[in-house]
Amino acid sequence: MNGPLSPNSWQYRALNSANPGLNFLSDALIDLVADGHKIIAGSADLQYSNGLNKFAKAHPDRYISFGISEQNMVTAAAGIATTGMIPVVATFASFLGLLACEQIRMDCAYCAQPVRLIGHHTGISLGFYGTSHHATEDIGTMRSIADLAVVSPADGPQLYAALKATIDHPEPIYFRIGRGREPDVYTKDTPFVLGQAIEHGIGEELTIIACGLPVHPALEAARRLNATGRSVGVIDMHTLKPLDRAAVLRAAGRSRILMTAEEHNVIGGLGAAVAEVLADEGCGIRLVRHGIQDEYSLIAPPTHLYAHYKLDADGIEDVAKGALARI
Amino acid sequence: MQPHAAPETRRNSFALSPEDLARLREKARFIRLETIRLIEIAKVGHYSSVFSAAEIFAALYYDVMRLRANEPNWADRDRFLMGKGHAAVGLFPILAELGYIDRETLDGYTRLGNPLGDHPDMRKVPGIDFSSGSIGHALSAGAGMAWAGRFEKRDFAVFVMLGDGEMQEGQVWEAALFAGHNKLSRLVAIIDRNGYQLDGKVDDVMAVEPLTEKWRSFGWEVREVDGHDLSALASLLREIRADESRQKPCCIVARTLKGKGVSYMETEPGWHLGYLDPSDAKRAVDEILSKEI
Repeated sequence: MNGPLSPNSWQYRALNSANPGLNFLSDALIDLVADGHKIIAGSADLQYSNGLNKFAKAHPDRYISFGISEQNMVTAAAGIATTGMIPVVATFASFLGLLACEQIRMDCAYCAQPVRLIGHHTGISLGFYGTSHHATEDIGTMRSIADLAVVSPADGPQLYAALKATIDHPEPIYFRIGRGREPDVYTKDTPFVLGQAIEHGIGEELTIIACGLPVHPALEAARRLNATGRSVGVIDMHTLKPLDRAAVLRAAGRSRILMTAEEHNVIGGLGAAVAEVLADEGCGIRLVRHGIQDEYSLIAPPTHLYAHYKLDADGIEDVAKGALARI
Repeated sequence: MQPHAAPETRRNSFALSPEDLARLREKARFIRLETIRLIEIAKVGHYSSVFSAAEIFAALYYDVMRLRANEPNWADRDRFLMGKGHAAVGLFPILAELGYIDRETLDGYTRLGNPLGDHPDMRKVPGIDFSSGSIGHALSAGAGMAWAGRFEKRDFAVFVMLGDGEMQEGQVWEAALFAGHNKLSRLVAIIDRNGYQLDGKVDDVMAVEPLTEKWRSFGWEVREVDGHDLSALASLLREIRADESRQKPCCIVARTLKGKGVSYMETEPGWHLGYLDPSDAKRAVDEILSKEI
């Protein structure tokens, strides 16, 4: 009865020691405190899911356990921010970007308080937990809120860099992040500038504009296609708002077709944001919007869902081939 | 105050002098009259929501709160937030009189581009500590401020005026849990218990009683007061503001009358929102001027 458990067994509180990708949030905040920033962090009963337990252990006086009260958490964070501190509050993106959407609008954005909102396990990354836990609408809701910046890092190191680079931004920022298991594209030292896309290349035939988790597989898909003689580039549009319109226009001017790749409904998300720029500027270029096609996801483990919805490297390569065929 | 004084004696030390009482009564009258004047500009407004809260506004802004009108962002100022932001028309004349905003701005209430609308906007109006308009948020924001004040070792108090209909918002109870759990002793909620909301009597629309027991069970100290008895109300607020020993947030249930001061509004809850023709406005003004509350 009392013998040791199998090494294959695991329990919730050991999540982030088993999954280093979850530590970037806490690491950034711990470093920001060390740099003298007045950081207060909070979570709605998910500190082991977002890795804030590490911050809570390092700075128990600076961590607030809000319980399962997302709306109170967001508004209280705005109240804290009015006193000159920078609150960083985290919960599943489905709850942050949708359940607490009005609190973000009224209390963070309309009041222009520099709250950092961390929506984690976004997109379909919670797999078979199902639609209640998926966030395929949060870019759409957050992007339409004035005075709110929206950032979708591709991996943990980029989250780390983005949190540090934007710490003096006077208004709120919604960070849409994954589950901490994304393969790294960047290192913590890769420069991050809010609103300035990272161009991994503009393809003469096709440029894939991606954000968040699909950046890594898009780069892999582009490598494969370029190895067969095609010309495919990738832009990491990590900031959804303010959108790097110039980067979109550069790609539109040099590629023959564009494609967006996002872990989000194609309505309201990155594809929509890019389409708005192309329409505004009268660019006569076709855009293939790849993502979730206005539907609720099936039930499956995350990697199975990424394969099913063509958001892994094979899938993005497949969709990109389809786009190339339409040139 | 003597340390060995009996509780009754201590309480009496917060009592209002006759001069204070007369002054605050005049301020409450001023708030009602200005509300009528400003709503005449907008041609629609929340008369009776202000009238139930006029004494609360007067006691806070002219007696209890620590403020510096010439320094609206003073870090140690007391904060005031409105869950019932639709009563802001009663607050704007106070801010103008105290010097936060100029008279010209006040007189342009709701006109194109003016910072003053039906609900308060902290980015546009000096002296407004938090924007509101979406009922149910203010207590969370005030709790955040009180938490931050304690963390920063500052001595400000946070007063949050809530509507009684607002008790129907779930977020209020999230905030009540949060403040009780964290023992935010510098947080004071004042419920304007005027008994009415848009669709009728609060307790017909969605019953909220027993309020005292509810708040007490959430870990709050609860005090009840007649919200129009300025003597009782202001001395209670003085006492709560001065109390350094309380280990809990404090909730005041202020029993009030919607439309208090204008008899035809006191008997017709529809005046939550409305417009008075100048002839009827004059009747209201005459009554406010002739009556002592």
